[in-house]
Amino acid sequence: MDVTYTILIPLIPLAVFLLLGIFRQKIKPAVSGIIGVAGLSTSTLLSFYTAYQYFFVHGKVNGVYQAIVQKTTWMNFTDTLHIDMGVLIDPISIMMLIVVSIVSLMVHIYSIGYMKGDDGFTRFFAYLSLFSFSMFGLVLATNLFQIYIFWELVGVSSFLLIGYYYTKPSAVSAAKKAFIVTRFADLGFLIGILIMGYYTGTFDFETLNAVNPETGELALNWASNSFMGLSVITWALLLMFMGGAGKSAMFPLHIWLPDAMEGPTPVSALIHAATMVVAGVYLVARLFPMFYFVEGGFALNIVAYVGGFSSLFAAIIAITQTDIKRVLAFSTMSQIGYMMMSLGVSGYDGHEGVGYMASMFHLFTHAMFKALLFLGAGSVIRAVHSNYLKDMGGLRKYMPITNITFLIAALAIAGVFPLSGFWSKDEILVAAFEHNMLLYIIGVFVAGLTAFYMFRLYFGIFWGKDTKYKHAPHESPTSMTFPLMVLALITVVGGLIHFSEYVSADRVGFEAHLNIPLALVATAVGLTGIILAFVFYKKENNLADKFSNAFGVFYKWTYDKFYIDEVYLFVTKKIIFNLIAAPIAWFDKKIVDATMEGIGNKTVVISNKIKGMQSGKVQDYAFGLIAGVVVLAMVFIYLWTN
Amino acid sequence: MDFSSFLLMRQEIILLAIILLLLIAEIFIPKNKKSSIVHLAIFFFGIHTAVGFFAINECSIFGGSFQTNNLIHFFKNVLNIGVFILLLQSADWIQEKIVAQDKGTEFFILLFSSLLGMYFMISSGDFLMFYIGLELSTLPVAALAAYETSKRISSESGIKLILSAGLASGISLFGISLLYATSGSIFFHDIIGTISASNLTILGFILFFSGLSFKISLVPFHFWTADVYEGAPISVASYLSVISKGAAVFILMILLFTIFKPLMHVWENMVYVIAIATMFIGNLFAIRQQNMKRFLAFSSIAQAGFILLGLISGTQLGTATVVYFVMIYIFSNLAAFGVVQAISSKTGKEKMTDYEGLYRTNPKLSLVMLLALFSLAGIPPVAGFFGKFFLFTAAASEGYYLLVFLAVVNVTISLYYYLLVVRAMFLRKGENPIPFFKNKLYMRLGLIITVIGIVVLGLYSPLYEYIYELSSIYN
Repeated sequence: MDVTYTILIPLIPLAVFLLLGIFRQKIKPAVSGIIGVAGLSTSTLLSFYTAYQYFFVHGKVNGVYQAIVQKTTWMNFTDTLHIDMGVLIDPISIMMLIVVSIVSLMVHIYSIGYMKGDDGFTRFFAYLSLFSFSMFGLVLATNLFQIYIFWELVGVSSFLLIGYYYTKPSAVSAAKKAFIVTRFADLGFLIGILIMGYYTGTFDFETLNAVNPETGELALNWASNSFMGLSVITWALLLMFMGGAGKSAMFPLHIWLPDAMEGPTPVSALIHAATMVVAGVYLVARLFPMFYFVEGGFALNIVAYVGGFSSLFAAIIAITQTDIKRVLAFSTMSQIGYMMMSLGVSGYDGHEGVGYMASMFHLFTHAMFKALLFLGAGSVIRAVHSNYLKDMGGLRKYMPITNITFLIAALAIAGVFPLSGFWSKDEILVAAFEHNMLLYIIGVFVAGLTAFYMFRLYFGIFWGKDTKYKHAPHESPTSMTFPLMVLALITVVGGLIHFSEYVSADRVGFEAHLNIPLALVATAVGLTGIILAFVFYKKENNLADKFSNAFGVFYKWTYDKFYIDEVYLFVTKKIIFNLIAAPIAWFDKKIVDATMEGIGNKTVVISNKIKGMQSGKVQDYAFGLIAGVVVLAMVFIYLWTN
Repeated sequence: MDFSSFLLMRQEIILLAIILLLLIAEIFIPKNKKSSIVHLAIFFFGIHTAVGFFAINECSIFGGSFQTNNLIHFFKNVLNIGVFILLLQSADWIQEKIVAQDKGTEFFILLFSSLLGMYFMISSGDFLMFYIGLELSTLPVAALAAYETSKRISSESGIKLILSAGLASGISLFGISLLYATSGSIFFHDIIGTISASNLTILGFILFFSGLSFKISLVPFHFWTADVYEGAPISVASYLSVISKGAAVFILMILLFTIFKPLMHVWENMVYVIAIATMFIGNLFAIRQQNMKRFLAFSSIAQAGFILLGLISGTQLGTATVVYFVMIYIFSNLAAFGVVQAISSKTGKEKMTDYEGLYRTNPKLSLVMLLALFSLAGIPPVAGFFGKFFLFTAAASEGYYLLVFLAVVNVTISLYYYLLVVRAMFLRKGENPIPFFKNKLYMRLGLIITVIGIVVLGLYSPLYEYIYELSSIYN
């Protein structure tokens, strides 16, 4: 199967970005919207075509999905170690292509309505295209270095989009925060990549992940050096996971995600819900055989616990937040924690690999309903001009389509049968139940919390108190409701896909069955959450306040996100700035700079002293020329002979 | 030898044909339509440049006087592209100033004659051909330097160039005769067999080397450079600093790596000393310059010093890095001169202080200048960085660590004065900044090609690998 055409999927958005970026001032806003949507539609069609060709025509050989790689060498270091550029087509990259293209296309369409009349309309679409390009490139990468390049590009475009309202100080600082935190995490990623390249001699995913069918172990050989009791490869994997945790907002590198909500809402839907933030999950999935086989899956265990803890931590915080976008942000963090946890408890072959499959499945369904939630929130924010729950209430009468679609998404994330979230969440809980009881209990508890805070949000926005609005809110234009309806449709039917037949750790595929007792438990917990929210928030009452007062300090802690931001501030300002940065700054200023300035001053002095050489008289020049020849001849004939 | 071997001189013959065609056109174009000669010249030369990309066979004809191979052919193409850009950049100036004095055609004829001289110089297989090429490439430029006859400074520049060049080629010729005296032949392939490190040969070599160093403006043969650049029309200064220097570096490299290879133990020390002197003198003088043309003159002297780092390694790597660097240097310097040209021909301003606040009024021009200066200074990721990096690698791989260190010191110094211009353009608010103006099509095209060159040469690695492959003949 020739897959060369798939490079067009990232290249088309790149072309759109260049077009819009270069001719920013000349293109009318309406036209730039159409160009953006047209470009992404083409990429989407190509993604679907690729998926069809792969899954139903060419992909399977002897019952196993093959990885199709097409690449050229970009930089050579040694025979095996080289940086390639190319495309890697396998089940998860195609699944990601579909996710990214659908969500990105919907966000493009939605933005035409949402950003209408904004001064930077064309700039916005240019950035969106840049992001889509980077994300597609990340998904299709064939090796660690390529994924790293696009990883950083994704970070840059996220920075640009979060700071899109660059006149707002909060947006600017949020953009900086996101960039610095993820960059810090990426430092780990880069070191991990370098260690991996040094000890295994390759960056190539297929070589790294190859499993020897006879021994059932990794085919790769590496020098068995160890450091602090762990093999260097485990260290490399952990460092790479640090990069992934930064991008995917896992505890304790999550602090940028809530602030990133300063960006325009469509951006939050695209980047901070559906695509970029799952890059970390994708990275672990991409290297899954390594995580699983190296040292009995030590690194994978870390992934599981980090994921489980983050999911619980974020769900608790989400309950108390009053900014609806922040609630969604913490919910995203919690759900990504779910995915990480699911990867972490997965086995490798056959039904053992249910966690891997469930993680990818949940990534897919979550992308759809979370994008839908964000876009719905955007629609609400646009109608009431506020992000805060206190300014909302009773909106179901004004915004029927937003109401229905938001409800569908909320039901899906709460795991109500038969919506897509139910199926994927069930598989995750099955995987956790089979491998790790503690994580299973956390998972079930989080499912209840999720249902509760999501319906707190839903009732708070669409039911609850009858707020008096200055201007009567009204339903958003079709360009915004259309994406809502499309995503709602996918949310409803997405669970019916037989995901396990297409995506699995060993690429063979298996038959997944609904585990009815576990499903009943999860559903019961979810419904409890919904009912509690119903009691608290359906009508205006003081039950919720009573409860929060009863929790007192704990409520305050949760509301302030457990002061993680403050911890970071303390560590950076008090410890790093004073104890490390200040002495370095002194050294830099007094020693390095002073030396350099000394050289600089001397240079100028010398330059002034010798200016007489250039007198402007040809006679002097001729003298210089002859003298030069004579001196050279004297020196090299008589003095400096060797 | 049959007539088909004339085809191996295709580049030379086509260029000669263009010169003749322009001469005929001069006769037939009526007086009021003389400016169309510019379009004609650019059109012809564009075709010539394009045709040059067809491959050519390796050969040695006319009893070995004329030789060519893929690397030489490649380098001629590089020169062609440079001259083509130069033509685009100077088209407006010629149309407005030169055609009015009815001297348009001669300008092209002189320029192309000089280029023809360079072709013969780099393709030469004996010292006679080399010398003829050298003279043919220098003399027309002296006339061109004095082209703006209404300006005293232009005439002065022409006189200075012709006097200095005369002296230099006299020295060079003396060197050649000494080499003939010791080896008994003027053919390169004969000399390779007989050359030995006797004192007379070394003297001959030093004299010969000095003559070529004059063209590359290496210290201490550089004195003419700044004065000539300042007085000459900008196109001519640009031609001298880019094309003429490039061609001279190339032939010097070929000769050092072939016939003077047995003398390597002598010339590597010489190149070592001269490289250090050239980098320091060029940079120290560049710091103080206020006139953009003088500034670029000294900057180009310093750049020549860097090039010597590639020569000194004397290997395939050295050859490849020198050719690659010269190519990047051509694009970067042409971009810088192009901007100076554009501004000077609109406003007549050439001082660095005139550039203050340029970014506010002419953002695009100042961005081109920024890119050019970054490339000259060697800031990643533009091409100039890779050019310098490879040169330093070549020198370091032969163990010249001290030299590389001094070169890095010089890069730092050069960074300072390149950024002076950037500061003037971007950070200073000029009292009366250059007002906004729009460039004509040719100038814009000329600048765009240089920008593409600066960006693409840095990112497109197969090109370097291609050059490296071509360079294997001088291993």
